Amino acid sequence: MADSISKITANAPVYNDNDSQDELITLNLGPTHPATHGVFQNVLQMDGERIVSGVSTIGYIHRAFEKIAEHRPFYQITPLTDRLNYCSSPINNMGWHMTVEKLLNIEMPKRVDYMRVIIMELARITDHIICNGILGVDTGAFSGFLYLMHEREKIYEIYEEICGSRLTTNIGRIGGFERDFNERSFDKIRAFVKRFPAVLAEFTQLFDRNRIFIERTSGVAAVDIETALDYSWSGPILRATGLDYDVRVQEPYSSYEDFDFDIPVGTNGDVYDRYMVRNEEMRQSLRIIEQALSKLEKEPKGIFHADVPEFYLPPKEKVYNNMEALIYHFKIVMGEIETPKSEVYHAVEGANGELGFYLINDGGRSPYRLHFRRPSFVNYAMYAPMSRGMLLSDAILNMSSLNVIAGELDA
Amino acid sequence: MEFKRIMDKLNNDSLLLRLQERFGEVVRKPDLPYGLLTLETNKDQIIEVLEFLKKDEDLQFIYLTDITAVHYPEQELSMAVVYHLHSFVNKLRIRLKVYINGVNPEIPSATILWKGANWMERETYDFFGIQFLGHPDLNRILNMDDMEAFPMRKEFPLEDPNRVDKKDYFFGR
Repeated sequence: MADSISKITANAPVYNDNDSQDELITLNLGPTHPATHGVFQNVLQMDGERIVSGVSTIGYIHRAFEKIAEHRPFYQITPLTDRLNYCSSPINNMGWHMTVEKLLNIEMPKRVDYMRVIIMELARITDHIICNGILGVDTGAFSGFLYLMHEREKIYEIYEEICGSRLTTNIGRIGGFERDFNERSFDKIRAFVKRFPAVLAEFTQLFDRNRIFIERTSGVAAVDIETALDYSWSGPILRATGLDYDVRVQEPYSSYEDFDFDIPVGTNGDVYDRYMVRNEEMRQSLRIIEQALSKLEKEPKGIFHADVPEFYLPPKEKVYNNMEALIYHFKIVMGEIETPKSEVYHAVEGANGELGFYLINDGGRSPYRLHFRRPSFVNYAMYAPMSRGMLLSDAILNMSSLNVIAGELDA
Repeated sequence: MEFKRIMDKLNNDSLLLRLQERFGEVVRKPDLPYGLLTLETNKDQIIEVLEFLKKDEDLQFIYLTDITAVHYPEQELSMAVVYHLHSFVNKLRIRLKVYINGVNPEIPSATILWKGANWMERETYDFFGIQFLGHPDLNRILNMDDMEAFPMRKEFPLEDPNRVDKKDYFFGR
């Protein structure tokens, strides 16, 4: 056994009929395997139940967003970002808006920042709900998933109230929001914040001290800090190894410095630690939302965008009835706005890690180059090498806990 | 993993000074767009510069955030490879650019410093055709294997140029 593993090199298929190792079998895990929760293919060389080597094949839903972005004005790129990590689209939307605002030197009012924080933290909760719920399903416990999915539905209803859509949200505009949060959406947010802790407690009671769950996850796919940094991991899976890197604290954006919250870290970097880190992050997100709600009450009502008419799309009724609004609308839509010739890198803490936007602008109608630093893509690079020597059933759990989202992986 | 505590935190000025002290003319054209120190260097020294940034006790740029490329078809050295590094202890990022020949672009691979560079460089190769010398497995990653073009180069059209249903005259332009 040890011999066969040491012969294998990373990312090289080894099966050879002339080889004395020919009892290895090739297993195609994916691209549409029900246990992979997305379009992921791994060609595995199996020795019985144990993985000897694997090759990840990605790109099945590659949609060339970076190329398309070079042909679109800034405000039309937001719908592309929706489709990166579609489990937490609002974070991507906000990250993109903030990148452009950084480029245009737009100062945001505090109220808008706090509204954005609420939306982003809700999105983080939905993403972690998916990940931990599915992790439960993969270990054989289906009911916890259903409890949490019910709450995700409530968050989607909040999105619906705010922007009209649920999955690919397209929330907000460059320069703020398209409309103010109405009273009903605030009510729904408050109701969610009140109800969710009990549901989460119920969920964690099912798993945290569950012997079957601990034996399936503890010590599985344990990664140390050095290896995680070597592979440029970020997000909850990096924090599970014990390093407290969080973009929200390291480089605060959208007024995160005004909030009081903790960064949970793990110790072993295994599947169990990742699960625990995500659970605690959901609680911290709730804390942030509560603080944001109380901060919003102190801010002047009715402000939902920055006062930058040359960059912020005016509301339609103004476009039809007001000369200035019509001019600005025309200029923004036709790409006649003055933008600085410069380059900007802006990172937000996505649900899976550091989501970066590298934007090079040449003053034209659309970006000269836009590169997405996608956490799922960077994190997933370690999957095949780290699967070596692992049991197939553990590798499935490992993939669930990495929470790789196909849309973000393939861009 | 032990992180060395640093009394005097690095800032962009002292970082630039350190790099110029060590490399002289090899790092040039310092720029500070939106507070992120941007430097240009050569393809022969890029690994040396990256290694210094990563392993120097005061700098500790241990985190490779991103590798990507940009195509400037009108320039003589038409391909720019861009590295983003991050130093956690200093709360500082740095961007390094290497301009290389676009016809036969070659640059040493950073996989000897970071294993995470593997996929980032594969993606860059896939879209720009840049050969990362010394890369263990430089294959296409997102596009299909038998694709011949490198689609993020500027000459590659977004849509099939033979399409007629999107010609301007259908829209009165």
